[in-house]
Amino acid sequence: MTVSIEFERVSRYFGAVRAVDQVSFSVLDGEFFSMLGPSGSGKTTCLRMVAGFEQPSEGRILLHGQDATRLPPFERDVNTVFQDYALFPHMTVGENIGYGPMLKRVSSAERKRQINEMLELVQLPGMAQRRPAQLSGGQRQRVALARALVNKPRVLLLDEPLGALDLKLRQQMQIELKAIQKQVGITFIFVTHDQEEALTMSDRLAVFNHGRIEQIGTPAEVYEVPRTAFVAGFVGVSNIVSGSLAERLMGAPGIFAIRPEKILIRAEDTPLETGWLGVHGQITEAIYLGMHTRYLIQAEGMQFIVAQQNSEDRSLTTQSPGVQTIQLAWRREHIHVLEG
Amino acid sequence: MSYTISSGRQFATWLYHRPRLTLALLLLPPLLYLFVVYLGSLAALLVQSFFALDDFSGLVVREFTLRTYATLLSPANLDIIGRTAGMAAAVTLADALLAFPLAYYMARYATPRTKALLSLAVVMPLWASYLVRVYAWKLLLAKEGIITWVLSWLGLGPLLFEGILALPNIGGPSLSLSPIGTFLTFVYVWLPYMILPIQAALERVPPSLVEASADLGGRDNQTFQHVLLPLALPGIVAGSIFTFSLTLGDFIIPSIIGNSSRYIGMAVLEQQGTSGNIPLAAAFTMVPIIIMAIYLTVAKRLGAFEAL
Repeated sequence: MTVSIEFERVSRYFGAVRAVDQVSFSVLDGEFFSMLGPSGSGKTTCLRMVAGFEQPSEGRILLHGQDATRLPPFERDVNTVFQDYALFPHMTVGENIGYGPMLKRVSSAERKRQINEMLELVQLPGMAQRRPAQLSGGQRQRVALARALVNKPRVLLLDEPLGALDLKLRQQMQIELKAIQKQVGITFIFVTHDQEEALTMSDRLAVFNHGRIEQIGTPAEVYEVPRTAFVAGFVGVSNIVSGSLAERLMGAPGIFAIRPEKILIRAEDTPLETGWLGVHGQITEAIYLGMHTRYLIQAEGMQFIVAQQNSEDRSLTTQSPGVQTIQLAWRREHIHVLEG
Repeated sequence: MSYTISSGRQFATWLYHRPRLTLALLLLPPLLYLFVVYLGSLAALLVQSFFALDDFSGLVVREFTLRTYATLLSPANLDIIGRTAGMAAAVTLADALLAFPLAYYMARYATPRTKALLSLAVVMPLWASYLVRVYAWKLLLAKEGIITWVLSWLGLGPLLFEGILALPNIGGPSLSLSPIGTFLTFVYVWLPYMILPIQAALERVPPSLVEASADLGGRDNQTFQHVLLPLALPGIVAGSIFTFSLTLGDFIIPSIIGNSSRYIGMAVLEQQGTSGNIPLAAAFTMVPIIIMAIYLTVAKRLGAFEAL
């Protein structure tokens, strides 16, 4: 597989602020790659440097093997779907989609054909004459996608494109985006702060924090084996155990994480099998979430979060909070020892 | 608990339940002013232009006639109208060209502090008397003035006197005695009225639109042509309404600076003051109104207001 984008120790400073700090990674051709992180973590700045809207302060960016560090946006084989869609308000939907081809002097007949083809792709046939102001948020999103894809870029950049949509529409668009990516077969770079979105859609994802990449991997790798406390806490929910409790359980000082669904709630006096770890505590709160229930449990001076499928026997946990001492137990292999 | 309500509060409650009445009370003074005082006097003016002056008595004959308009279209008066319209168009174009980069910088790149300073610099000349500023320009543009002096010092004296000022129609013995001087003063005096609306229009253009255009392959000139200019057009049109109509009606600048060729404003002043020919003065006043009406119609046709 060929490499589509490569960051070589790229930094971007805004005054004294290191928005992006010595970031290196590469994205393969045809990959759906997500950049996940909280706001201010540097993910959007990285995307903007791929597009050419920002220049790295240090380092190099390669696009398809060519140094693109100083290339202006209009010289790059890359198109962007903006967070606010950035549709031209004085143009119709058709003119918006036809903007790139118009600049490339594509004939108007061919342009019209391409516009219609794109409107079919994003399921908005016959909308060419509308104005952006007449469209719903979801429709504008599709037009923005069509306007970028009509240029047949080798890389499509998406800057939190689903952020403004409501939950149902967002989930629907996640599936559609993934389908469109498979259909056109180009690299998608997807910026989001929504970990669920990143896990659902990506082939691989990079978790950003404070201008650095904390971890890169497939969704399963990042979720199952988080390398740092930040990743363990940001991607899904984790119980992070440190200090004397960690030392007692592990037999050595350190920090480890355990996922809520890996912990079992058992009767207080259940014997611990070999290869299992356990603590005792009391349920302080039970939050019913339909498919599962989330329990907050006070144990050994820290609060554990435990998730249990509602199909299981709930006789132990339906007691009123704080009354009964229970055992929390998990397999040793389910814990992740974290860096730092 | 019982409510004791002051009469003032009672009145407020009474008004609260009559929103239409409140609205009518608020709108009455401005509407009276607009329709009766302003549009009313404009209508009276229009009517005057269809009267004519009796050649022997010099009195206005209050009978409908197109004779005044026939006078308006005499070669001497058409000369005045053409000169004024040409000057107004040139001033508007120059102001737009000067204002756009500054307005764009203020709207997009300036830090809040720089923007405040620039805004102040733009409007501050309006605090000083217009007459003072025009006379200041007369000194600046005079043959002994600083502009000529600096140009001569730079060795550009011959270019100014044998080149620019030797041009037919717009030249003259010095900048302050040539239509070029009139033009420069007009451009300066009306510039703030062009900068502010363009800046307001550009403030409303999201930066992402400019990025999107570049992203889709637009070089800067193409982004300007296809995105920035159409979206700033309502602001440019608003600014040009000011610069164009203010130039069309001004009589002070061309009477202080220039070669004393006549402009519409001066003609109006002469006709209604010196000659007592109110109908012809009224007819002259109709010219800017008609020109502006045509201009706005064309601007609308060109889609200048679609992005509003």
